[in-house]
Amino acid sequence: MISGILFVNQKGEIVISRMYRDGFSRTLADTFRAQVIANKEAGRSPIKTINGTHFFYIKHANMYVVAVSNGNAQVAIAFQFLHELVKVLKNYFGAFDEDSIKNNFVLIYELLDEVLDYGYPQNCNTDVLKMYITQEGTRSAAAEKASAQAVTIQATGAISWRKEGIKYRKNELFIDVVENCNLMMSSKGTILRSDVSGAILVKCYLSGTPECKFGLNDKLLLDNEAKAKKTNARRTGSGIEIDDVSFHQCVKLGKFDMDRTISFVPPDGEFQLMSYRITENVNLPFRVLPVVKELGRTRLEVNVKVKSMFTFKLFATNVVIKIPLPKNTAVANVTAASGKCKYEPEHCAIVWKLRRFPGDTEYFMSGEVEMMSTMGDKPWSRPPISMDFQVPMFAASGLHVRFLKVFEKSNYQTIKWVRYITKAGQYQHRI
Amino acid sequence: MTTKFPSLGGSNASGNDSKYFQTTKKGEIHELKEELNNAKMEKKKEAVKKVIAAMTVGKDVSMLFTDVVNCIQTQNIELKKLVYLYLINYAKSQPDLAILAVNTFVKDTQDPNPLIRALAVRTMGCIRVDKIVEYLCEPLRKCLKDEDPYVRKTAAVCVAKLYDINGELVEDQGFLDMVYDLLGDSNPMVVSNAVASLAEIAETSEMGQKVFQINTATLQKMLAALNECTEWGQVFILDSLALYMPNDGREAESIIERVTPRLQHANSAVVLSAVKVMIKYMDLITSQDALKALYKKMAPPLVTLLSSEPEIQYVSLRNINLIVQKRPSILAHEIKVFFCKYNDPIYVKMEKLEIMIKLASDRNVDQVLMELKEYATEVDVEFVRRSVRAIGRCAIKLERAAERCINVLLELIQTKVNYVVQEAVIVIKDIFRKFPNRYESIIGTLCENLDTLDEPEAKASMIWIIGEYAERIDNADELLESFLDSFDDETPQVQLQMLTATVKLFLKRPADTQKMVQDVLTLATQDSDNPDLRDRGYIYWRLLSTDPEAAKKVVLAEKPNIADDTFTLDPSVLDELISHLSTLAAIYHKPPSTFVSGRTRSVPTLGAGRMDLDDDLDSDANITSDMMVSGSEGTQAAPPPVPAPQVVDLLGGLMDDEPVAPSAPAPSHGGGGIADLFGSPAPAPAAPPANAAKVVLPADRGEGMQVRSLFISKNGSIFQQVTIENHGQQPLSGFALQYNKNSYGLVPASPAALGQVIPGPVMPGQSATGNMPVVCNGPMADMKGVVQMAIKNNVKVFYFQDTCDLTCFLSADGRLDKGDFLNQWKSIAAESRSDVHGLPPAAENVDAVCAKFEASSIFFIARRKLPDGADMVYFSVKTMNGVVMLAEVGFRPGTGTASISIKATQPQYVGLLGESIQKLLRG
Repeated sequence: MISGILFVNQKGEIVISRMYRDGFSRTLADTFRAQVIANKEAGRSPIKTINGTHFFYIKHANMYVVAVSNGNAQVAIAFQFLHELVKVLKNYFGAFDEDSIKNNFVLIYELLDEVLDYGYPQNCNTDVLKMYITQEGTRSAAAEKASAQAVTIQATGAISWRKEGIKYRKNELFIDVVENCNLMMSSKGTILRSDVSGAILVKCYLSGTPECKFGLNDKLLLDNEAKAKKTNARRTGSGIEIDDVSFHQCVKLGKFDMDRTISFVPPDGEFQLMSYRITENVNLPFRVLPVVKELGRTRLEVNVKVKSMFTFKLFATNVVIKIPLPKNTAVANVTAASGKCKYEPEHCAIVWKLRRFPGDTEYFMSGEVEMMSTMGDKPWSRPPISMDFQVPMFAASGLHVRFLKVFEKSNYQTIKWVRYITKAGQYQHRI
Repeated sequence: MTTKFPSLGGSNASGNDSKYFQTTKKGEIHELKEELNNAKMEKKKEAVKKVIAAMTVGKDVSMLFTDVVNCIQTQNIELKKLVYLYLINYAKSQPDLAILAVNTFVKDTQDPNPLIRALAVRTMGCIRVDKIVEYLCEPLRKCLKDEDPYVRKTAAVCVAKLYDINGELVEDQGFLDMVYDLLGDSNPMVVSNAVASLAEIAETSEMGQKVFQINTATLQKMLAALNECTEWGQVFILDSLALYMPNDGREAESIIERVTPRLQHANSAVVLSAVKVMIKYMDLITSQDALKALYKKMAPPLVTLLSSEPEIQYVSLRNINLIVQKRPSILAHEIKVFFCKYNDPIYVKMEKLEIMIKLASDRNVDQVLMELKEYATEVDVEFVRRSVRAIGRCAIKLERAAERCINVLLELIQTKVNYVVQEAVIVIKDIFRKFPNRYESIIGTLCENLDTLDEPEAKASMIWIIGEYAERIDNADELLESFLDSFDDETPQVQLQMLTATVKLFLKRPADTQKMVQDVLTLATQDSDNPDLRDRGYIYWRLLSTDPEAAKKVVLAEKPNIADDTFTLDPSVLDELISHLSTLAAIYHKPPSTFVSGRTRSVPTLGAGRMDLDDDLDSDANITSDMMVSGSEGTQAAPPPVPAPQVVDLLGGLMDDEPVAPSAPAPSHGGGGIADLFGSPAPAPAAPPANAAKVVLPADRGEGMQVRSLFISKNGSIFQQVTIENHGQQPLSGFALQYNKNSYGLVPASPAALGQVIPGPVMPGQSATGNMPVVCNGPMADMKGVVQMAIKNNVKVFYFQDTCDLTCFLSADGRLDKGDFLNQWKSIAAESRSDVHGLPPAAENVDAVCAKFEASSIFFIARRKLPDGADMVYFSVKTMNGVVMLAEVGFRPGTGTASISIKATQPQYVGLLGESIQKLLRG
């Protein structure tokens, strides 16, 4: 298990450390500094074993968060925990960097005491932690006693993510379907890989302890339902094939495994209900058609056409196309029919920005590039063209929310809102 | 969607604790002392915060111990926590003063506030001072039975802490049973922490698994808690389930069914642990349909892991690497997801590459090659090299794709990028070795790039190619000569290769290269101070000057083929690593014993693994040290059965690669006189049929020689029935066999014993069997029945192991007198008990079982029926070295179970006898 947690800054100094087991000293930081930070090892591997001590580290902002162990540690837990820990701290302070850690060291000690016991992760649920790790300490003793019992039941209970007695005047639910569309296109224009990794984010302002049921156009589920109703007329193409889903801990996994219904008691406020991955029938929002010609050793000609594939009723925003150029580029003359297009030497790329990109439209850019001739004739590695965009009200996967039912004792009315957005994940085209 | 910043109660949301770090003036300690003794709570708190800040930056504030500890008596939970934190840090250096705090701790464990009770018991466990530990017991006992689940779950972990400080105390005080009871707690988090605590204790305890035995009842409790506890708790439970061995396939299937929903969890640790349980239990499932359904369920979650944070991707990929080796079909169709993305961190790319090679097949090789070619143009040199090497490995793995691989390599050579060309040359050499005389047409292209080669390995590879195909390269002599000028500056690797290549060239074209070979031999033997180079030079020189024909035979002999290195892990090691999935062992692909000091609990492996894992661990762990130890004691060296990587040492040990002529000296083959002493070798007549003997050295590891072995006992003597099958291309001869120290002190009757029973050469495609006499006067070591062996033939030495059943080692005069038996049974107190379940109905027939036992020299003494229907039968045995053991076997008709208890004055064979009896019972 985890024997200790270190927060190390970029200079390799310990900002905060907490040891859960015996046999470690502050010299750990020196070892880590010498062997990992100074050696520039951090980018080469997330795990390092030095003299029988194992370091597992992640880097966040200007800090390394390091878990230390000397046995056959459960690495999956260690890394998952480190990421959760950063999330908790961010949730507490808003930002995670050296300053915020120094500014809140007492609170961090307290949190470290709670989230990890003897190296075993206990509870990383910010909402629950906030119930009793507050650093206020000014409440009256009587109130404290009553609430303490509620806290302990909450922190260890089966529904550790929701407290009792929540009340809202207006019961509202916001559902956001956020999809990241990933694409890898070969230089010849064939799709090497395309997939959508999506997440369903829910903002929940519901009273009491509501039981929710959530419905998607999941093909397997629709097939099941059709079978149950014995209707032979199965609508084809109505459902989408979901490769894999993973759920927030509130979702009853057993039930999903049985008949693919998603039912849960939601935590209060904002959370990620589920994430999913789809590889079949992805509706790619954009096609990129690049032509990059190397004319001799010092000239390049670049022509890029970008076409939006979604309906004309929608539009994309913040479209950025990055066309990489060789490092020894001297001059680049670029012109584009619309949007801002210029060569940015700091990125070694032509950056073409379009604030608004309507559906079913094509735009062009063209450019001529002159390079300095250099001594080393290592050829240009031709990194892929990458694209960034957001398309509101468009789901690349074709997923749509069919229903979200709320069952609660008091039978209140719920107002529900659904939004869709597709963003570029790693949207790349090799040249 | 925007994230709202939390609006925490109080002013600390923004935080301003950093001011505490800034006081570094003189007299600070004194000032702090005063503040700590201030009557006002707020002042005190400020002061303690300053102390903690000083502690954090590494200043010694231990002199304030008394003052800080005095602050402990407070109702303010925040202040209390700070003081506790200080205590944990300094209690060790001030044990006497720490006692001062004990009272408060004990009091706090009775506080009405459950948070304070839990805090107290949690902190006490962290204070590793012996004196405090004694005071901890009573409060801990109370907290384990506390009404509040939060306190109970903290207390459960505290038991593990206490065990680490003083294990005996925990056992004496009965805490283990109390934690075990918590497995049935109504609160899921208490259950999962109890599981974590017990698992940790079992790992370090001398009693091992006994501490945490999972039975049907606990299993149900754990499975029930699995659905309700926190994500971390789920991991603890799943990890413990992976240590449990289901009784049969049905049970395995039903547990898998309960575990499968976990694959959909957002927490990757949960997913990986669920996969671990499933993949381990799969060994018990025989239905192909059921397996296929499981494969289908497991693939998508594994793929999803690749969209998590890069570090988690890395962990997942290392684990997937093992999963692919164990069950290739799970991810057979998912190769595309392992294609590298341009922005992946380098460590993720490297791992993806490994998995791509493992999944490459005739079906997808074109896609894979396209990708690899793309990677070869990236910027990271290390990654590019690996990609090029991967192309070569694909060629060696997939014969039909070899040509396409070669073409891609040629295209890459055209890029003229220095390190790409060099790496390509290295792998092409490997391809030539795998498929000789097929792709020589490309040598021309390679030769064009001779000048770009500046790394030793690439140079050596190119020189090897020139030497090997000297007859087809018109200007081979010129090419080699170009290396000659810088001979002195080259690394030994290149020099050795140069030497061999020149000799090859000379043997093929003696007319015009005589001067050159003379030069090289002179350089190697006279100017070099490298002993390897000089030795090889002298050998060649002598060979060439005495018998050029023999030289040809030696130097130009056919080379053994190199093998695909995709699946290199030994099956038993793989099984062990699979049971450690998602731990560090699975990341490093090394059994835990190789990097964890102290005892690690062994995990029962299912299926393909060998019978005792501890032995595997030890032997695999210390490849080198093992050899040194046994060597220094002057006993036979029988290092472990780890196959040496074969591709890489082509250049390193070229002398080994050149097969020695069949007439090479076979060790002590002339000892015919001794052979008579033991009688002429019997050609295995009445012995069990040859196929009963299991393969201990498969042909692919034995470079064509397959060895089967079986220990048999005949007329009071032990023989090892050895069958040698020749699956290779050349005759095998000159056999000799040696044992490592083993449980019975077995050694071959003479060092040449095997050579006497299998004297002649074994021709390709043939096999020979002989019963080698074995005596038991050798050195002994507790190896649990495993005998490690080394066999030598005319090619080289191979290592393997076999198990010798104790029944072979029992003497025929083992029947005791009833009175003797009774006296001995009463006088020995210690007994070893074990239970056998799931016995076949045949084992219920006590008479038949007794007859079977007698045949194996386990002698029937007496039998008595118990009132509850059990049938108690008593046996005695005596080993060949005179150890007497007494056994009681209790049959319970109709249940399929039996209990075995064994008593002996000398305990070394007790475990083995238990196993033999179990084996006999199971038929």
